[in-house]
Amino acid sequence: MALGFGGMGGGMGGAGRGMMRRAGMDGRSTDDEEFGKPFDGKLMRRLLPYLRPYKRQVTIAALLMLVATATSVATPYFLTVAIDDFIAKSDMHGLVLLMLGFVLMQFVNWFATYGQTYSMTYAGQWALYRLSEDVFWHLQVLPIAFFDRNETGRIMSRAQNDISVLQQLLSSGLLSIIASSLTTVGIVFTLLALDWRLALVTLISLPVLFGIIVVWQRYARKSFIRTRAAISIVNASLQENVSGVRIIQSLTREDENRRRFGKVNRQNFTANLEASRVSAIINPLVDLVNAIAIAVVIAVGGSLVLSHDLKVGALVGFALYVNRLFDPIGQVTQQYSTLQRATVAAERVFALLDEPVEVKDRPGAIELPPIEGRVAFEHVRFAYTPEIPVLHDLNLVAEPGQTVALVGETGAGKSTIISLLERFYDVTGGRITVDGHDIREVTLASLRGQMGIVLQEPYLFSGTIVDNIRLGRMQATDDEVREAAEIVGLHDLIARLPEGYNTIVRERGVNLSVGQRQLVSFARALLRRPRILLLDEATANIDSATEARLQRALGELLRGRTAFVIAHRLATVRNADLIVALHHGAIVEQGTHEELIARRGMYYDLYSFGFASATAARVRAGSA
Amino acid sequence: MRAAPLHSHVDVRVCRRVRCEHMRTVLRIFSYLRYNRRATVLAYLALAGAALFNIITPLVIKQAIDFGLAHDSRSFLVLAGVLVVAVALVQGVFEFFQSYLGQYLSQTVALRLRDDLYEAVQRQSFAFHDRSETGQLMSRATVDVEQVRAFIQLGLLQLTYAAVLFAITVVVAVRINWQMGLIFLAVMPLIGLRAFVVSRSLRSLWVRVQGAQGAFTSVLQENLVGARVVRAFTREQEELDKFNVSNRIVRVDSLEANRLAAFNQPLMTFLLNAATAIIVIYGGYAVMHHNLTLGGLVAFLEYRTNLTGPVRTIGFLLNLWTRATAGGQRIFEILDAESEVHERPGAVPLAGVVGHVRFEHVSFGYNRERPVLRAIEIDAPPGALVALLGPSGSGKSTITQLLPRFYDVSEGRITIDGHDIRDVTLESLRHAVGIVLQDPFLFSATIRDNIAYGAPHATAEQIEAVARAARLHDFIASLPDGYETWVGERGITLSGGQRQRVAIARTLLLDPKVLILDDATSSVDMETEYLIQQALAELLRSRTTFVIAQRLRTVRDADQILVLKDGRIVERGRHEELLENEGPYREIYDLELRDQEELSQVAARA
Ligand SMILES: Nc1ncnc2c1ncn2[C@@H]1O[C@H](COP(=O)(O)OP(=O)(O)OP(=O)(O)O)[C@@H](O)[C@H]1O
Ligand SMILES: Nc1ncnc2c1ncn2[C@@H]1O[C@H](COP(=O)(O)OP(=O)(O)OP(=O)(O)O)[C@@H](O)[C@H]1O
Ligand SMILES: [Mg+2]
Ligand SMILES: [Mg+2]
Repeated sequence: MALGFGGMGGGMGGAGRGMMRRAGMDGRSTDDEEFGKPFDGKLMRRLLPYLRPYKRQVTIAALLMLVATATSVATPYFLTVAIDDFIAKSDMHGLVLLMLGFVLMQFVNWFATYGQTYSMTYAGQWALYRLSEDVFWHLQVLPIAFFDRNETGRIMSRAQNDISVLQQLLSSGLLSIIASSLTTVGIVFTLLALDWRLALVTLISLPVLFGIIVVWQRYARKSFIRTRAAISIVNASLQENVSGVRIIQSLTREDENRRRFGKVNRQNFTANLEASRVSAIINPLVDLVNAIAIAVVIAVGGSLVLSHDLKVGALVGFALYVNRLFDPIGQVTQQYSTLQRATVAAERVFALLDEPVEVKDRPGAIELPPIEGRVAFEHVRFAYTPEIPVLHDLNLVAEPGQTVALVGETGAGKSTIISLLERFYDVTGGRITVDGHDIREVTLASLRGQMGIVLQEPYLFSGTIVDNIRLGRMQATDDEVREAAEIVGLHDLIARLPEGYNTIVRERGVNLSVGQRQLVSFARALLRRPRILLLDEATANIDSATEARLQRALGELLRGRTAFVIAHRLATVRNADLIVALHHGAIVEQGTHEELIARRGMYYDLYSFGFASATAARVRAGSA
Repeated sequence: MRAAPLHSHVDVRVCRRVRCEHMRTVLRIFSYLRYNRRATVLAYLALAGAALFNIITPLVIKQAIDFGLAHDSRSFLVLAGVLVVAVALVQGVFEFFQSYLGQYLSQTVALRLRDDLYEAVQRQSFAFHDRSETGQLMSRATVDVEQVRAFIQLGLLQLTYAAVLFAITVVVAVRINWQMGLIFLAVMPLIGLRAFVVSRSLRSLWVRVQGAQGAFTSVLQENLVGARVVRAFTREQEELDKFNVSNRIVRVDSLEANRLAAFNQPLMTFLLNAATAIIVIYGGYAVMHHNLTLGGLVAFLEYRTNLTGPVRTIGFLLNLWTRATAGGQRIFEILDAESEVHERPGAVPLAGVVGHVRFEHVSFGYNRERPVLRAIEIDAPPGALVALLGPSGSGKSTITQLLPRFYDVSEGRITIDGHDIRDVTLESLRHAVGIVLQDPFLFSATIRDNIAYGAPHATAEQIEAVARAARLHDFIASLPDGYETWVGERGITLSGGQRQRVAIARTLLLDPKVLILDDATSSVDMETEYLIQQALAELLRSRTTFVIAQRLRTVRDADQILVLKDGRIVERGRHEELLENEGPYREIYDLELRDQEELSQVAARA
């Protein structure tokens, strides 16, 4: 049987260009497809707790495996006995009885094998269920910065492919390796018992075979690494092309990408062909050694029979056993690659699980009491990457119920401020307090639970519109959902859809207009009844008329709540209690609209820029 | 056939359809072997050789026992030993080629399938991608292709090998002793029947597992991309519950499939061994009565050993087979999905574009139930600046997406320089029409690669020039790595406005004759936006431009302003004309005007 290269095959987008450049997930290795030791005690010890709840099944599997192996090893022995003790002695009655026993034994073998595989698979599948659950949960608590650094495809390949490699190991690989080794040992002992002289001569083939396999593995390993790397590049390329298909078509980049994809696809093909040359050689080699052993059995064993030192049946037994001696070895070599891949997979899965959760509840973090709404940034410094500071010594106070508008050039750090308040990231220096509590001293759930945010890039989940709005507060009634939609001016739009609130939203909301997506996420934030509302260009894609209506409705709603608003439209920021103008991560000026206009500083410039022509247009219009 | 939606819900339907289409899928998978006729034939020849030589060894052993032992001939025993090794050598050569060619064929099939899938996905219109989930598409291109490949490599050849071996064995066995040969023969239908029955139940299980895998992928993907929303709305627990639903289905169904296989595989071995018992009893009887030599009986036992391998793996192979057909089905679903937008036969390249764009009575709907655009008439002469205005969902983006044929109109026609855009090649059309989409999507690559995405061979100067026009150059220059700065997935490490400007730059680099800016500066502050406009003014003079914007300031100077409502153009004209109309435009204008007036009043007072 051919040795399995490639196995389950490549995962989702693995190594792409990104990986080559930045430190990998474990911070240590950037190579996605390294190849591990076949066995690593430490990793196994970590896997063990997942199997522990299924101790019973594993024990049963182990016991049944002994039964299955024993009955399977005994098979040729029955035939030896049949020939020597019954056929040679013309004992028909005994022969029939023996064979009945044989069939019975095979029956036991059948059920033992079945039971063994099933209980092990059972344990394996549920262990992986738990492992997947842990991985997924960890992904829920990892800091946002982790997702800035790691591509979705790469994370997916850990959460999905590595786990399915482990599945192979846990559900069948491990058992069959143990069973094969046991079988080999069993056969060796049986051979020694049948005739130790012939056994010793025959078993010389074993070390020879091991030698061959050791040398072969070295080559196999190398080509195996290449195939893994190749397929993961193919997948990364696919991923890019699937998720960016709209841009690719709009920029007519199809030819270039097809060429590139064709290239990596072919490189993968070549790597696999090379690997298959290596893998195709091993079976014939094993078979050859096998044949030599049989030749020895015939020549030496036959001579022993001639000199009446060995019975014919035993000779036949030898021939049958020698055949089976090599089966398990073949299987072990085959499983060897599974084992190696599994080690790597386990390593990577655990590396993900070990990824530190930087932003988390401190020990002894308290529940944030209902928020009054005083938010203070005190000497806040922050940088996404150490070399590029984004906020320098930022001081800002929002009194309860105030609406604070953040304005400034693109890239000034407005969204960053909001992200820090949500604790998507932790400040690098200084602190942020809400009602006097450092936000790092309170639980994340109690902090985020009282804030509602509209992100600059609205993100919708697939589901219905109402599902997406209700994300804000699961217990909200239909009326409350409707009310939120009405406030943002979404209700009329939805009413016009044939399915209304139950309109299916596709992945990321592609079947809604961008403004509609924004309104949905706005409604979602309002439904939360947040004590602090964070609006990051929540109306950037919405027309002035809708926006004006929204502002009016919002004014009512915001009474008594603190809000941070980022917007470029004058109408949106004008009525804020405090306007903060940012430039390169520092506050340049703050005050009310009138104050800032009067100052004729940055704020004034920001909005009056190019007004000359606006005024001209107005004059023209007025005179017309 | 209309493109099937590729979200998780479809799989139930696939399940029901699977029976009738199953055979077609299999044939279709086989048809991929046509690219390698010679290798296929050679593989089968090597396979036949390997099987034939497999037959010889037991015969040699038979002779060794019957002749060597009976005639006390040690030299014959040695000769037999040498023969066994020689046979193994020749057989090894066949085996090597069979295995190598098997890999070769399977890799070729995988290569072609991936190529085809790639083509199919790229060729599909936006409508298809609106309906499909990335996770589902990816799972087809990875897991399903691999399943088909594994089947071609192991299944196809091994299954034939098992069948050939079985057939030859039976023939040889019948020749040694026909009654015993018949016993062998009798087991075969039993094993075959059982295997067939099991494979049927396995198939539907695997279809379910693979469907759940896709759902699993989608949930995971959505969750990862939406990480911020999940956290902001403290949805972690609910997300886990959602994830566990598919997690559980995958586990439970795989378990059930494995259980079936685990029950069945040793059953095959059992059947074979039961046959062995009968052979030994009958053979023993025959030997006792000298109707069969001992060597003959041993040869039978050796043959039986030969067969255990194939029989033991037959369950595994059937597993492969069912998974491959399930996977193949899902792959072909994509390959067969016809793109709603395709080139007409005889489409000609659009050459020497001047940029006269006309929409003639255009109507459109994303689905049949709901028209989104109705009777749109636009005439944009070369070099015109056309602005589209209107509330959310009024159809502004939709109009612009019809122009590069991301979707096809359902009524009326769109012409560029008098050519119906459906009569020209897609490539030339999209070269002529550059669009900055409302939803800027950047690739995880360097800033340079992102800007040069549509023109990979652009020079550094060209790239810098467009970056300047998009007011991006100064920012890039301030970064330690400059243009080589890596932007995270979807441009995550850039601010919203920076992302939009990269998107503008990359479209400008294409130097299109018709330019569409769909709310391209919504996240850009007024000052920067104004500067971009100034920079673009020069560039736009020679181009027909469609601008969508929410801020009036952005569109004021347009040659034509079209105000949309509910998919109809409700007002059109120049700024001054529209102001006199006292319609919706005037309303918006007043809203913004008030701001500006106030601004200048305050300024005046100061
Ligand atoms: N996740 C991130 N990783 C690294 N750098 C980032 C990240 N997000 C933003 N930056 C950088 O930090 C700076 C501030 O970005 P921020 O998103 O706060 O700007 P902004 O004021 O919101 O701009 P805009 O109006 O364009 O949205 C920018 O230069 C940006 O490139
Ligand atoms: N891919 C799609 N599939 C189905 N329906 C869609 C799709 N894209 C948009 N729609 C629907 O078509 C209508 C018009 O959408 P369009 O994107 O053209 O609006 P728009 O005028 O650009 O709005 P916005 O200002 O919010 O961007 C909307 O009601 C929207 O829900
Ligand atoms: Mg921002
Ligand atoms: Mg739009």
